[in-house]
Amino acid sequence: MEIRRIKAEEVTSAVKKLFMDCNYFIGNDIMTALETACKNEQSPVGKSVLSQIIENDKIAAKEEIPLCQDTGMAVLFVEYGDKVVIEDGSFDEAVNEGVRKAYSDGCLRKSVVSDPVFDRVNTRDNTPAIIHTKIVSGNTIKITAGGKGFGSENMSAIKMLTPSYGVEGVKQFILDTVFKAGPNPCPPIVVGVGIGGTFERAAQLAKKATFRPIDTQNDDERYAELENELLTEINKMGFGPAGLGGNTTAIGVNIETSPTHIAGMPVAVNICCHAARHASTTI
Amino acid sequence: MTKKITLPITDEDIKNLKAGDSVLLTGTILTGRDAAHKRLFDLIEQGKNLPIDVKGELIYYVGPAPAKEGYAVGPAGPTSSYRMDKYAPSLLDLGLKGMIGKGARSKEVIDSIVKNNCVYFAAIGGAAALIAKSIKTEEILCYEDLGTEAVRRYTVEDFPCIVAIDSEGNNVYETEPPKYRKS
Repeated sequence: MEIRRIKAEEVTSAVKKLFMDCNYFIGNDIMTALETACKNEQSPVGKSVLSQIIENDKIAAKEEIPLCQDTGMAVLFVEYGDKVVIEDGSFDEAVNEGVRKAYSDGCLRKSVVSDPVFDRVNTRDNTPAIIHTKIVSGNTIKITAGGKGFGSENMSAIKMLTPSYGVEGVKQFILDTVFKAGPNPCPPIVVGVGIGGTFERAAQLAKKATFRPIDTQNDDERYAELENELLTEINKMGFGPAGLGGNTTAIGVNIETSPTHIAGMPVAVNICCHAARHASTTI
Repeated sequence: MTKKITLPITDEDIKNLKAGDSVLLTGTILTGRDAAHKRLFDLIEQGKNLPIDVKGELIYYVGPAPAKEGYAVGPAGPTSSYRMDKYAPSLLDLGLKGMIGKGARSKEVIDSIVKNNCVYFAAIGGAAALIAKSIKTEEILCYEDLGTEAVRRYTVEDFPCIVAIDSEGNNVYETEPPKYRKS
C-alpha cells in the first residue's frame, strides 16, 4: 500500500464539522430511544420531561444551536492508518485546531481550564482535546468524536475487581455506581462500561462504550445479555427522567471488554447524560 | 397545575409553593456557578462586601453557551447543584431567596432552605435550547473574566421549573423515585 499524504487542514475541517454536528444534531439512536421511552413512561412528570427533551433536541437540530449548554470536553477516538502522513503540520495540532474552530465559530461553550487544581483558568478555546489514537494498518484516518459533559462524567467510577467477584460482582458495581449517581447525571442516561485490560484501559473502554450507538449490542451474546439485564435493573431504580421519578432512568447500557491479567477484573463505569453526542467520519 | 410567579418572589409566594409544583417564573434572576460561588464565598468568609446584592433574588446555576447571531442568549440549561452545596447556606443567610439547578442537595442546604424560608427549583437538565426560549435578555454583572461562569442577570418570561425542595424541606428527589422503584 502506498503512502498517502493528507493536508493538516483536511483533518482540522473534518474535526470542526464533527464537533459542531454532534452538538447540534442528536443521533437517531438516542431520538428513537427517547420517543419510545416517552410512550412507555409511567410517571406523568417523567413523560412531560421526556417530551420537553425531545422538543429541545428538535429545536437544536432545526436552529443549529447546541442542544445542551455543556458542549463538553472534546474527546476523540482515532484509528490512524500507518500509511498516512500529515503534510505541513502535526496530527494532534490539526485536531486541536479543529476543536478551536468548532467551539469558536460554532457557538459552543468553552469549558476547559488549564490547570486542574491551582489556576483553573479557562483556556478560552476548549483545547486541549483528549485524543485516543490507535495505529491501524491502512491509508485512512477514522475519527469518532464527542463532546462529553461533566454533569454525568463526575458520576463515573472505576473499581479494580478481582476474578472471584465474578459476573455478580461486576453487575453489583455497575448498579451501585448508577444508584449513587441518582438524579444528578441528567437521566435518562447512557451507561458505558469497560471491563478488563488495565486500570487505564478499562476507563478508556468505558468512554468508548458511551460513543457506541445504543441500538447496537456487544458482539458476544453473553455481554449483550448482560447489557439488557443491566438496563432492566437500572430502570427499576425509579429515578426516572430528570430524577423526578419514573421508569426511564437509562436508555442504554453498552459494554466493551478487553483481555486482562490473571489477577484482575477492572470495571469502569462511564456515565453519559441523555445528550449522548458523538459523530464519526473517515478521511 | 402550573403556578405563575412574578419576580421578585415574596415570602408568601414561597410559603405557597409545594414540592412537585410546576412553576413559570417571570422577572429577573441572577446566574452563577462553581467559580463565581467560590469567589463570593471567599468574600463572605473575609467579611467583605459582595459585588452583587443577593437579597430577595433567585440564582440560576448555569454556564450558558455563547449566543448565536440574532439570538439574545445562548442555550442555558441548569448545571448540577450539589457542587454549590458548600457555598449555598452562606448566600441564603444573606437573603438569597432561592436557587434553580438540577439534582440533589445536601442536608445543610435543605436545613438552610427551611431556616431562611427559601425554595429550590429544578429545571430540566439537557433542555438548554428549549429553556433559552424563555430568557429574553442578559447582562453581565461581574466576574466577566470567568467567561461562561460570569455572574449575569437574565430577564425571563415563563421560565419553566419544578419545585424540588420547598420551604418545609419536602424534597421530590427523596419522595418521587421510591414510588417507581421495583425491588
